[in-house]
Amino acid sequence: MSGVAMTKMPVQTAAPKIEVRQRMEPTATSENEVARAKVAVRDLNFFYGRSHALHDISIEIPERIVMAFIGPSGCGKSTFLRTLNRMNDVIPATRVEGQVLIDDSDIYATGTDVVDLRRKVGMVFQKSNPFPKSIFDNVAYGLRINRLTKNSNELGARVEEALKDAALWNEVKDRLKTSALSLSGGQQQRLCIARALAIRPEVLLMDEPASALDPIATSKIEELVFDLKKQYTIVIVTHNMQQAARVSDTTAFFLLGKLIEVNATEKMFTAPNEKLTEDYITGRFG
Amino acid sequence: MVHLGKADRRRRLTSAVMTSLTAGCTLLAVGLLLVILSYIAWQGIGSLSFTFLVDSPRPVGEGGGIGNAILGSLVLLGLSSAVGLPLGISVGIYLSEIGKGRFVGVVRFIVDTLTGIPSIVTGVFIYAILVLPMKHFSAFAGGIALALIMVPIVARTTEEMLKLVPHSLREGALALGAPQWRVTLGVILPAAASGIATGAMLAIARVSGETAPLLFTAFGSRFFSYYMDRPIASLTVQIYNYAISPYDEWHAQAWAATLVLMTLILGINIIVRFLTRKRF
Repeated sequence: MSGVAMTKMPVQTAAPKIEVRQRMEPTATSENEVARAKVAVRDLNFFYGRSHALHDISIEIPERIVMAFIGPSGCGKSTFLRTLNRMNDVIPATRVEGQVLIDDSDIYATGTDVVDLRRKVGMVFQKSNPFPKSIFDNVAYGLRINRLTKNSNELGARVEEALKDAALWNEVKDRLKTSALSLSGGQQQRLCIARALAIRPEVLLMDEPASALDPIATSKIEELVFDLKKQYTIVIVTHNMQQAARVSDTTAFFLLGKLIEVNATEKMFTAPNEKLTEDYITGRFG
Repeated sequence: MVHLGKADRRRRLTSAVMTSLTAGCTLLAVGLLLVILSYIAWQGIGSLSFTFLVDSPRPVGEGGGIGNAILGSLVLLGLSSAVGLPLGISVGIYLSEIGKGRFVGVVRFIVDTLTGIPSIVTGVFIYAILVLPMKHFSAFAGGIALALIMVPIVARTTEEMLKLVPHSLREGALALGAPQWRVTLGVILPAAASGIATGAMLAIARVSGETAPLLFTAFGSRFFSYYMDRPIASLTVQIYNYAISPYDEWHAQAWAATLVLMTLILGINIIVRFLTRKRF
């Protein structure tokens, strides 16, 4: 990260962050059930063929917070994120054991409608992946396939709303019919966020959404994440610890397929409970 | 000027030799093609006239034209495209998107083998399974024979083009709650459309030049016809018949028909390219 984003961000976000964190403190330490767990994972094991990628993960993600997953490359944080909307289903020879409860229903139970699940649990990928269609059609895609709007006026309004939520509207409102591929990298990623928001998911999974972006585009995405927390439960995977510290309320640290520690972000980065977490955060490995 | 070592000079020499070699080969290939095209144009243009394009063949010395053959070729190409393209594209989608495991490999191997089958064998095969039971030659049999030649070509190019579409697009659409079939039809297929169209064009161009499979199936005709269950004329068979005839007039008409056939393929090519041009 460049100095610009690092020095700028805390100034903009520090004040509301502390307030939120105080409210969230009880759930972050997971000692009681004050805030409802939006996502609850119990003893999750995940296998790629014979390789055991995730070991006995149990975690609760409360509603309307930002939870960051950190950890070195290959520690399973992305794999875990993808189990939350069953995105790993598309990879052959994978196997899941354990439970993932979203609003208290197990998404791996037989009879679960994956289409419904993914409508509820949106996802933004590491590499922006706009469809080779117009800007409008990209955002409208999820609305159209799920038949979420009744007429074209409503469709247009929902697209506009999603683009505004993703802080992209002002940049693209005059060229909605042009190709999404003509946008810059940062704009493309915000378009993908708008596309995910358009269907109004309840949980938003973000897999290193800013890893391919420059500092300015990154700070835009981070501000966006911070704003979106009001409406959505956000889980963000990042290899950038400063980013986790800036945007999240709670941080989970993964290592070699195991969940080492979940804690309030502030505590995690100042006085973590686990020795391994401290070693990672202070740069002793990873 | 910086002093050049022996190794540097050798590297530059090798580079220059290889560059001129590839450029030379390209010139030779393209040049030869241009020579063929201009020779056909030069030989054919003399007999070309409006009457030639719309009239049906007449006995030697009375002129006549290839109108029926143009119509016949279009009917045959239309029929074979209507059958062969959807079939081939479907097989390509299966190979790239749907099929899993060993079976896909077997299907792909069979498709590759089919590509290599000589077209005359396809003609004889259709003769055996369609013409003999129907007891007469027909446009239908000709169209099916050409479609059979198209399928493996279209299937493999479609598969290759679909595989070029980044995996992230599939995941992006799936993550929005799209079922597999909508991802394939709404996102992947349009993203690969221009490549698939190129494959389809190659297949159409390939079969529009086929003569052998038509000899046993569509047979040829000296009259205008668009009936599926009757023999039908085609440019290639007409060219073949005129070229092996002993008459100079028919030889000249064969050249003109060749020119028409080439222009036809070019025209189809341009139209398809226009329709599937990259919009986004």
